[in-house]
Amino acid sequence: MKRNLLALAAFTLTAAAAHAQVTITEPWVRGTVAAQKATGAFMTIKADEDVRLVSGTSPVAGVVEIHEMAMDNNVMRMRQLKDGLPIAKGAQAELKPGGYHVMLMALKQPLAAGEQVPLTLTFEGPDKKTFTREVKAPVRALGAAPTGGMGGGMPMQHKH
Amino acid sequence: MVASMAHIGRRAALARLSGITVAALAAGTLAGCDKLGQVMGKQEGFRGIDITGADYGKGFSLHDANGQLRTLADFRGKVVQLYFGFTQCPDVCPTALTRAAEVKRLLGKDGDRFQVVFITVDPERDTPELLREYMAAFDPGFVALRPTPEELKQTAAEFKVYYKAVPTGSSYTMDHSAQSYLFDPQGRLRLVLRHEQTAQDYAHDVQMLLKQS
Repeated sequence: MKRNLLALAAFTLTAAAAHAQVTITEPWVRGTVAAQKATGAFMTIKADEDVRLVSGTSPVAGVVEIHEMAMDNNVMRMRQLKDGLPIAKGAQAELKPGGYHVMLMALKQPLAAGEQVPLTLTFEGPDKKTFTREVKAPVRALGAAPTGGMGGGMPMQHKH
Repeated sequence: MVASMAHIGRRAALARLSGITVAALAAGTLAGCDKLGQVMGKQEGFRGIDITGADYGKGFSLHDANGQLRTLADFRGKVVQLYFGFTQCPDVCPTALTRAAEVKRLLGKDGDRFQVVFITVDPERDTPELLREYMAAFDPGFVALRPTPEELKQTAAEFKVYYKAVPTGSSYTMDHSAQSYLFDPQGRLRLVLRHEQTAQDYAHDVQMLLKQS
């Protein structure tokens, strides 16, 4: 029995070590006004294995989805990435205005500048096993000037 | 993207042309002077697409978030930027409105003669209260219009604007045209600017329309 437990513990450790290293930098959430029920979270994600951002949860939102926004002949189209967002080994996925975002919907409260929004993001590794990462994304004021230029000017880069 | 490449190509060509003309001017020819004037005039052209005289986009008659009926005539003497969007939009709409606020800042004291008008394509969720709060987050002077579904259909058709509700999970999002229209201070539709253009591009064209009037 004891041996079995040890074996199980060893297995768990191996499984934990097998998860890809995922680094999430500069997360932020766009602030909202009182009656607003949706907004986006943005960040840069890097992984040392091929992973896929498949879903998320947050205590501030009833629904969290992974979305892609694309401009098509002056028309803005936003779609849920049903299979998640693939992030290639060593590549950097930028979730930023004009491209991908984590969509927070059915918001339970308005998000004011300076608050921290906890996000739990679920990734799927090459072995199809899922693991989660926690991130606290600061809220930027809804009307605040974006940092690093106006979002729109550059062509979208899809780094897969 | 193709359009933007063509745009860059044209600008580069103009820059080269003006270089040649400057050389001609340095050679002391009067003809060079004339050419310089012409080329400089072109170089200072609109950064948006000139649609002056278009047979669409004549105007609107819609209620704002305070229940007041608004038409273009209310903004006579100002350049009006018209944009269609919705507040549950996480990306293009706040980017467009943040840029519009930046344009107003770039215009300095002429900012008083620049009016942003936002028409919601999601009147069901965009209540008057939400629209008031949302606009105020960018600039208290921005006006939001809330059409009825029937009015939205008519106004979007008038401006050749596309919008469509698309289900996503338990909710829906709106696909919509993201260009901006600029009206001159006489209330005539003059320019269409793309979402990808910068605050500087917008401010440049607003300034030109103000100067022309």
